Amino acid sequence: MNRRPSKSQGLSDLRAIQRAFAQGIMRPLTPGQRMKSKWIDGKPTLKFVSRFVKPNDRLNSFERIEIYNKQYWFRLLDCFYEDFPGLRTLLGEKRFHDLSIAYLTKYPSNSFTLRDLGNRLEKFLLREPAWIAPHHKLARDIVRLEWAHILAFDNAALPPLEIDDLLGGDPARLRLGFQPHLTFLACDYPVDDYILAVRRREEPRGEASNAMNERAKRKTARKLARPKPEKIWLAVHRSDYAVYYKRLAPEAYLICSALQKGFTLQAACERAFRRKKRDENFSATLQGWFAQWASFGWFCRTT
Amino acid sequence: MPANRFNNFTNYGIGIGLRVPHFQHILSRKPTVDWFEIISENFMVDGGRPLKVLDQILEQYRVVQHGVAMYLGSTDRLDREHLRRLKRLVKRTNTPWVSDHLCWGSVDGSYTHDLLPLPYTFAAAEHVAQRIREVRDYLEVPVLVENVSSYAEFHASAMSEWEFLSEVVEKADAGILLDVNNIYVSSKNHGFNPYDYLNNIPHGRVGQIHIAGHSKFEKYILDTHDHPVLDPVWKMYAHATKLIGPTATLLEWDDRIPSFDEVHHEALKAGKFCEELVREPATI
Repeated sequence: MNRRPSKSQGLSDLRAIQRAFAQGIMRPLTPGQRMKSKWIDGKPTLKFVSRFVKPNDRLNSFERIEIYNKQYWFRLLDCFYEDFPGLRTLLGEKRFHDLSIAYLTKYPSNSFTLRDLGNRLEKFLLREPAWIAPHHKLARDIVRLEWAHILAFDNAALPPLEIDDLLGGDPARLRLGFQPHLTFLACDYPVDDYILAVRRREEPRGEASNAMNERAKRKTARKLARPKPEKIWLAVHRSDYAVYYKRLAPEAYLICSALQKGFTLQAACERAFRRKKRDENFSATLQGWFAQWASFGWFCRTT
Repeated sequence: MPANRFNNFTNYGIGIGLRVPHFQHILSRKPTVDWFEIISENFMVDGGRPLKVLDQILEQYRVVQHGVAMYLGSTDRLDREHLRRLKRLVKRTNTPWVSDHLCWGSVDGSYTHDLLPLPYTFAAAEHVAQRIREVRDYLEVPVLVENVSSYAEFHASAMSEWEFLSEVVEKADAGILLDVNNIYVSSKNHGFNPYDYLNNIPHGRVGQIHIAGHSKFEKYILDTHDHPVLDPVWKMYAHATKLIGPTATLLEWDDRIPSFDEVHHEALKAGKFCEELVREPATI
């Protein structure tokens, strides 16, 4: 065995190796799914990786790192493929594949769980809209709904407040929390119907594994008619361990999103009906909504 | 050595990995299984169906947690959020031990979601051992470290993989989750004798064994977990159990997953080696 190096020197060496290794395996593959032969500086990749990876009698340093490079992309693309079936169906396989690589290159995973892989996709598409042209609004609506679906699947469900808990409170001071699994969306397209149609055609999601994939698995996405523009307001929530999309009236959406932002009950209701003439059923409508939302268990204490 | 302080003095027998395609079968048929191993990260969530299923499983079965994202060899700081969630799950499952891999997988806050090999240096061993101690102290359960399969070696390495594993667990006073298939895969990829590996680790620290299938390619072997266990791996397993004693053993099958009965049948083959040992105790 070699002489023992000083700890600090050894750790900085270890970090340098890990950075170089990660840089090597996280670079996108070529269209032929090989590791790129040129390194970032234009010199041969083999020369770069040979500095820290040994060859053996069958594989050179490039080929050994390439195994990891391929598995990195196969694993992440597979996961992304399963998480955003709606966006994939809208764009088609090739465009979705290219977008996935661009996104994951710009925003590598920042979480220990692959579940969070798409947590910055909406932000990415806002900054680089060319990937979804000319269906910007539709694609963004789909992405927001698909991400809300992921949150609804396994975010927390806190002890719900009953409708009786809401009665008697001063609306001018009462603030209500919503379940962490609940997301409210205002969409320009009826993407709930679209995603449901897509999901009916998809197989159930698998689970994370530490095993390597032999090759990327791909199904061919079938065409689905693009929805026509139509304003909808949605609550994406979980009930009895299943995810549901519930359409809301626009005023109901405004109330819920205002409450979620921390407005008092009174301020949220005033905000919702500010521009609309209140009819005689206004009070009954509100009571009905709140009773229904409470029955769904949507309300919880504010944190 | 079936029960030792590294597996919390348990004697768990033969288990299989709890996987989504088998949920319905397990919950409806309630097959007799010694224990299930879960991938911790799949259940480190705040709610929903994963935890509901886990709670149903826990009503009937013993569960052991196996992690894939602790990255004990990473030079980033230990992820406190990860540890907090892991501890919450430990309390839920009452797992007698937790395991994760002797590897790294994240750097500068970016995660590769892979089990990447370490250079086998004293500095790396000290670094990993320190992190294992931190994790064990926080979780308050024994921690087993698993040898990974690998496809690359580093110029910087100063010792063999089994010397590195031994150095780490001795420094950390930790246990070993011995993956026999991973040893076989790495031995073929790196050209060492897998029996040298088995013979030269601290056997008293092995708290669990993994077995699995792999895939052969022209120039290397991939750890795919998508086949039955191959004969050379069974032979190594038989040798390992002679050295170590009957030890909690888990069959991993993660891709192209067949029926529950097929997976369980494959796992139970491991039992015959342990039964032979009970009939004819090893004299090593």
